[in-house]
Amino acid sequence: MNAISNALKTLSLWELLKGLRLTLVNLFVKKVTIQYPEEKTPQSPRFRGLHALRRYPNGEERCIACKLCQAVCPAAAITIESDVGPDGTRRTTRYDIDLFKCIYCGFCEEACPVDAIVETRIFEYHMENRGENIMTKDKLLAVGEKYEASIAADRASDAPYR
Amino acid sequence: MKPVGSLPFLEDLWLALPELARTLLVMVGQILAVTVVIILCVAFLTYLERKIIGYMQNRIGPNRVGPGGWLQPFADVIKLLLKEVVVPSSANRFLFIIAPLLSIVPALATWAVIPLFPGFAIAEIDAGLLYVLALTSLGVYGVILAGWASNSKYALLGAMRSAAQIVAYEIAMGFALVGVLMAGGSLNLGKLVEAQSGGLFSWFWLPLFPLFIIYFVSGVAETNRAPFDVAEGESEIVAGFHVEYSGVAFAVFFLAEYANMILIAALTAVMFWGGWESLFAGWLFSGLDGTPLELLRAPGIHWLAFKIAFFLFCFLWFRATFPRYRYDQIMRLGWKVFIPVTIVWIVVEGAMAALRIGPWSA
Repeated sequence: MNAISNALKTLSLWELLKGLRLTLVNLFVKKVTIQYPEEKTPQSPRFRGLHALRRYPNGEERCIACKLCQAVCPAAAITIESDVGPDGTRRTTRYDIDLFKCIYCGFCEEACPVDAIVETRIFEYHMENRGENIMTKDKLLAVGEKYEASIAADRASDAPYR
Repeated sequence: MKPVGSLPFLEDLWLALPELARTLLVMVGQILAVTVVIILCVAFLTYLERKIIGYMQNRIGPNRVGPGGWLQPFADVIKLLLKEVVVPSSANRFLFIIAPLLSIVPALATWAVIPLFPGFAIAEIDAGLLYVLALTSLGVYGVILAGWASNSKYALLGAMRSAAQIVAYEIAMGFALVGVLMAGGSLNLGKLVEAQSGGLFSWFWLPLFPLFIIYFVSGVAETNRAPFDVAEGESEIVAGFHVEYSGVAFAVFFLAEYANMILIAALTAVMFWGGWESLFAGWLFSGLDGTPLELLRAPGIHWLAFKIAFFLFCFLWFRATFPRYRYDQIMRLGWKVFIPVTIVWIVVEGAMAALRIGPWSA
């Protein structure tokens, strides 16, 4: 019996017809491709993109140069040098993130006791010259100032879950 | 045949031409019309191929050039025209240049005998079927010459594979056509279509079903399309016989491959699916006459076009569905399955015709 049904299947090209049916069904399945420059995938508030350094609302830098981020960074992408600032507090004199080393794990953000270093939603950036991969303190602060509104909103929306 | 001129002086001019010149002009006009239509069809076939296979693989396919991407073939053609035709230094220049032409010419010339609508083919010749067999076999020379003239090992291997495959499947195709010829009682393609007059169930695909399947599958193999495209198996021999070709020369090979697909689809439609006959002939009542729906009943080129489009869709469908055959499997299928099956069916058909069973009156 089995031999007969096998022979019938071979003769009627049954397996091939099954394959054809599969592709024909998929021809009419709704396509889910996202047309990137026009459409974008939804982002989580926890999205880990380009880094930024934040300030307090009164303009004071949050970072206190504790170097926890430097210590936790698995890719050793963060370089920090610190000194006593003009107001007598402990401040960074150098805060560099090498974007080529960074793996965007978000550990720096987690380690930071004052929410100074954060990762933003920005993911469309590029470098054109050597050295641009180093995000210096000034560049990080500039990003923080520019996107403070969205950074603060994301932190606020995620606050209940941490 | 003369053009219907609304301008009287044009008509005078036309009538003033000698008879030979008028015939020549009409013939050239018909040839140009068919060729241009086929080339345009090839252009949009490449677009539809990428679109349909994309959709079958849950992708969207080209959609950047023009609305929905329908201008993509023109972008491709312009790109290929602007590229340099590189002739390898050790290649035989004459053969290298002539090989693409040898593969495109048979693909276009065969259209001369295809009956396009009732009572019309560019060349109404009695040995049409022989002409078709002769010309479709010629295509293999383009492939062999391309592989040989390139003086490259990949090209040569691809050409050898392609040639062996085309020769193997040509035989099965020829036998399948013998069956059609027995059923239709004529070598004239127009008469073959007339022998299938009537609706869906009067066409040859039903009594000749195994031959129809074998003819179409051999057609797929003959055009080196997936799943029989080992001739250009990119994982082993890069691109096969046209690996050394670039620019326009490559475009001509591409054109030939797709023109051959259209040709095989047209021949399948003509031989087995009633050519320009209507699907509903004799089924729909004649009250529709006079309305646009009359086209559903009436035979004509629109039915041929519809059938060709369906078989072309099958080509793309197969390509999206089946993985490539191994080379020895292709050879086994051709020599050990298709040829015996066709021979057996021809014998069966002959017996049925002799005993007067079946739809044909041989």
